[in-house]
Amino acid sequence: MSGGPYDDRGNHDASITNPRGMAEDDPVHAGGHEHPAPGGPFLIGEAMTGGYGRGADILHSCTIAVDRGEIAVIVGPNGAGKSTAMKAVFGMLNLREGMVRLDGEDITELTPQARVRKGMGFVPQTHNIFTSMTVEENLEMGAFIRRDDISDTMEQVFDLFPILKDKRRQAAGELSGGQRQQVAVGRALMTKPKVLMLDEPTAGVSPIVMDELFDRIIEVARTGLPVLMVEQNARQALAIADKGYVLVQGRNAHTGTGKALLADDEVRRSFLGG
Amino acid sequence: MDFLNALVALANFVFIPAIAYGSQLALGALGVTLIYGILRFSNFAHGDTMAIGTMFTILVTWGLQALGVSFGPLPTALLAIPFGIVLTSLLVLGTDRLVYRFYREQKAKPVILVIVSMGVMFIYNGLTRLIIGPGDQNFADGERFLISARDFKTMTGLDEGLALKSTQAITVVVAILVVALLFWFLNHTRTGKSMRAYSDNEDLALLSGINPERVVMGTWIIVAALAVVAGTLYGLDKSFKPFTYFQILLPIFASAIVGGLGSPLGAIAGGFIIAFSEVGITYAWKKVLTYMLPESLEPSGLVQLLSTDYKFAVSFVILIIVLLFRPTGLFKGKSV
Repeated sequence: MSGGPYDDRGNHDASITNPRGMAEDDPVHAGGHEHPAPGGPFLIGEAMTGGYGRGADILHSCTIAVDRGEIAVIVGPNGAGKSTAMKAVFGMLNLREGMVRLDGEDITELTPQARVRKGMGFVPQTHNIFTSMTVEENLEMGAFIRRDDISDTMEQVFDLFPILKDKRRQAAGELSGGQRQQVAVGRALMTKPKVLMLDEPTAGVSPIVMDELFDRIIEVARTGLPVLMVEQNARQALAIADKGYVLVQGRNAHTGTGKALLADDEVRRSFLGG
Repeated sequence: MDFLNALVALANFVFIPAIAYGSQLALGALGVTLIYGILRFSNFAHGDTMAIGTMFTILVTWGLQALGVSFGPLPTALLAIPFGIVLTSLLVLGTDRLVYRFYREQKAKPVILVIVSMGVMFIYNGLTRLIIGPGDQNFADGERFLISARDFKTMTGLDEGLALKSTQAITVVVAILVVALLFWFLNHTRTGKSMRAYSDNEDLALLSGINPERVVMGTWIIVAALAVVAGTLYGLDKSFKPFTYFQILLPIFASAIVGGLGSPLGAIAGGFIIAFSEVGITYAWKKVLTYMLPESLEPSGLVQLLSTDYKFAVSFVILIIVLLFRPTGLFKGKSV
């Protein structure tokens, strides 16, 4: 948010201000309500247009959706607006046009924390764990909105990612890249979400760990939890996708089943390297 | 015998006052560090929040005294502290609603909030003087000493007396209780953990369903409570004068920065470091040295490194040294 009367004009004096961990997104303001909007897929961001703050539009009438029991994958070149589309679906930025519907309700006006209560779970691409808190506390914070006993869910997360159980008392910031991603996914699973959104869960991890994470994500999806995922490794991701979206410059370029997109000549040539 | 006398003199003039003062600074610095860690700016209004909170406590104390309520040997002000905390919480929450929230909604950079807090400081400062006046107010009652110097001398037969004011003992006990409570709260309660999570990563806190406005409210209430307790203890131990509370902002910030802004443990350590340096450097060491050194080496002067008038210079110098050589402070300025 540069410029404007409330900018710091380049002053980053950390002896009087603490910019670490400050909010970067521009979430939907409180006070909005959901409206019934029956029909359509389980979760859909429909014809979304918008960008950050007062900046230029990044998304241009972009649509992404996932239905019950499906894995939907968003692929595309760098800067295509994949992460922005995910954030838009979660209410982390204000849409100028379009709407987001979840389970037959229009939730466009809801704040991110209200969407969590509606059953959405989101793992952002970066800064997706509380580094100064222990693994266990990270999971507890994931379950913040729950008032019931969370120990069963925590056990399930530990079953899915056994290494986290050994490291439960360790600060999450001290873990390796792959383990951090596991904490991040585990945190999102703690609410027992009805839909899980993952923004490049395999970014910055080694190929072996990546395969492992993919397996775990498929395992999660097999339980019937719809998964909407942005992925760099387009080929691998589309292979497991029920539905695939190729975004280019904030627009839908190609849409189809994972197999159809993999078989599509144009998609292969332009995004999958032949 | 000389060695014991030296120790007693040291305890009487340096250790006990510095521990009491250090506890007060630590409580003040905790408030500053929490605002820095969670709301992300340096709250320059903290000294005057302490002043206005102490003023509320004093007014309630006078009310209680007029009603004939007393707390036995303990100061009545201790009974008034909860009222002071409630009133101060309402005041800071009102301020947040009227002032700070606007800037949060504009997504103002923290440095703007620093300047805003200065405005709030002037308003609180003016309000305090308007209501209770700029002069000294004494509101301590109850027993004055746990051990008086004379009793100590007859008890031990030493030449040096050791006085322990009840307010000093109360300060330390209350400070320990409050700090223990605060750490328990931050590490073991849902709200406390959500405050740490918000401090660590605002966006992710939002994604976890944590309501930022609730975190902000909780932080202000805790900070108000810390400010009232710190201010009242300081007022009981010394005296209440609005201007002193404005001045104490410097050692408080020095404590928080020396310990590492954002680190509660650092705030406590910083409080004691500043207090011991301030008291140690402004104390005339002649007496202690006379007991300890052979006669030939006895100092002729007072051996006071700095006059007490310059005690704030001590905080300043420590502050500058820390900012030059270890800007993140002793405890690395981790978020809470």
